[in-house]
Amino acid sequence: MEKFTTHTGRAVPLRRSNVDTDQIIPAHWLKKVTRSGFEDGLFEAWRKDSEFILNQPERKGATVLVAGPEFGTGSSREHAVWALQNYGFAAVISSRFADIFRGNSLKNGLLTVVLPQETVERLWALTEADPSAEITVDLEAREVRAEGVNAPFELDDNVRWRLLGGLDDISITLQNETDIAAFEATRPAFKPRTLPVA
Amino acid sequence: MGRTLAEKVWDDHVVRRAEGEPDLLYIDLHLLHEVTSPQAFDGLRLAGRKVRRTDLTIATEDHNTPTLDIDKPIADPVSRIQLETLRRNAEEFGVRIHSLGDVEQGVVHVVGPQLGLTQPGTTVVCGDSHTSTHGAFGALAFGIGTSQVEHVLATQTLPLAPFRTMAITVEGELPGGVTAKDLILAVITRIGTGGGQGYVLEYRGSAIRSLSMEARMTICNMSIEAGARAGMIAPDQTTFDYLQGRPHAPEGEDWDAAVEYWKTLVTDEDAVFDAEVFIDANELTPFVTWGTNPGQGAPLGATVPDPASFEDPQERTAAENALKYMGLEAGTPLREVAVDAVFVGSCTNGRIEDLRAAAAVLEGRSVAEGVRMLVVPGSVRVALQAIDEGLDKVFTAAGAEWRHAGCSMCLGMNPDQLAPGERCASTSNRNFEGRQGKGGRTHLVSPQVAAATAVLGRLASPADLSAPAVSIKHSVEA
Repeated sequence: MEKFTTHTGRAVPLRRSNVDTDQIIPAHWLKKVTRSGFEDGLFEAWRKDSEFILNQPERKGATVLVAGPEFGTGSSREHAVWALQNYGFAAVISSRFADIFRGNSLKNGLLTVVLPQETVERLWALTEADPSAEITVDLEAREVRAEGVNAPFELDDNVRWRLLGGLDDISITLQNETDIAAFEATRPAFKPRTLPVA
Repeated sequence: MGRTLAEKVWDDHVVRRAEGEPDLLYIDLHLLHEVTSPQAFDGLRLAGRKVRRTDLTIATEDHNTPTLDIDKPIADPVSRIQLETLRRNAEEFGVRIHSLGDVEQGVVHVVGPQLGLTQPGTTVVCGDSHTSTHGAFGALAFGIGTSQVEHVLATQTLPLAPFRTMAITVEGELPGGVTAKDLILAVITRIGTGGGQGYVLEYRGSAIRSLSMEARMTICNMSIEAGARAGMIAPDQTTFDYLQGRPHAPEGEDWDAAVEYWKTLVTDEDAVFDAEVFIDANELTPFVTWGTNPGQGAPLGATVPDPASFEDPQERTAAENALKYMGLEAGTPLREVAVDAVFVGSCTNGRIEDLRAAAAVLEGRSVAEGVRMLVVPGSVRVALQAIDEGLDKVFTAAGAEWRHAGCSMCLGMNPDQLAPGERCASTSNRNFEGRQGKGGRTHLVSPQVAAATAVLGRLASPADLSAPAVSIKHSVEA
């Protein structure tokens, strides 16, 4: 996983709630067997509309997405996270994220920051009025900063530690091999097994 | 203090618990399909890791599989590569796989339960959000992303953040013509698409206990549409009867030991839920969605809501956007909404009871002119059972298309898609923009409502139909 410490960049204000994973990356893109090359699929349907915020020239190169509540609802496709990263986003700010999407994002180093809706509204107002306005997402200080905004955010200590170090979850878990083997030795015989039955 | 069902299953799977760390949970069953696994297998290869427990892992092909001409090479080269990748990975890592053409192939959440692999008190994961389906057995089952798929393949465990518990208590009796689908759609509209966030839902109460296993699966399946981590129903005699004799169900002494354990998997009387929702089953009616998220639903007898009626500004804007996308006007009675297509199938409503219910409505009737109806069984086993009961003949005689098993038009990864602007009554689980095809418009409905809608060409329930024009003697209870 990529490390995340602090990031500063211009923003894309996305005034929509319930942005589901089918909007973030439509299903036909999911046939790819790689983790890269999803940038053109990001918000594919909405990008056909020239008025869509991502198509505005002043938003080119923006790296912080500021979205409405319930961002990432729907399917478990990690492709949604890859698409956002492939496009160039480093962080997403919303007042509420769907659980699976949030878990996926934090496992890939895409920082999803939960802020109160009123702070999101202020960030929308700021970045709509001034597309060149920058937002800083500081994981070390657990703080989002922008002109007139200084908002602390919460993130689980363990998740933060993994992100700051860009640590590999699987390697960490495999350090507990003794515990895993001990647990396996106690599993009841009636537990199902997938081996073909006669 | 007592514990809830979810807490009991969680506690029984804790491999490691340490201050400041998420619990490390053991995973009893890992289901795989072609879409969310290729990058996970790549990760294993890169790190030189193997699948830790191939005997707790099983793969099936479902999302991409065509439902026509399945004996011919898959026309879409990208879909074909993805399916071939799964086959290659399964062979290389020694994972059991049920490919297109195999009698056990089908939608992953239909296959697990029908094989008897989904059992009470197990932890079940899959790189698919509708893994919540398996909670119907009293399993703790949830969808995971590809990074977690790789993690489970390598370690058979997952570090997981703690959850909260919510009781959804449904007392009373569902009125005639009201199904599990109507109930869960009403629940989602009530608590919202984010209402279940962070929670494991436990469905309980007399209305839930009287449901069949398949109806319980429909309920738990859509827990994710309320944003929940998982949905569960305590196992009971209905569960045990469903499982006994299935290929992977325990036998003999193991069966007795299992049932003894399963009977302990109920929420203690003194357990406390973090949140509670009560629903009166007697007041429910057929329920449909009008918008572009599953929380935008209403009773079939209602009208398309006026966005101005929503107090919350986010909900109001969402409703405005939804009506625009759906091509609907506020105040239109839902029963006047005409459809172009009807889809019966998916992990929500693609099991045999669903097909029986749809066939019972279509028997002796015809699909309205200009309406295209697709019936896609959830698995090959479901298809064979339906054929055995003559249901396929009922569908084709009515003018519907009888297809091969798969996810099909639920998400349109295969050729089964809506054209732009086409409107569909669908028994699936998501009415997101473009979900069933670019520009397609989806109304989520029960199988009964889907079939009645096919006959009238507009949203309808079986109660809206006059007697069948032709009476054909046929038993669907074969």
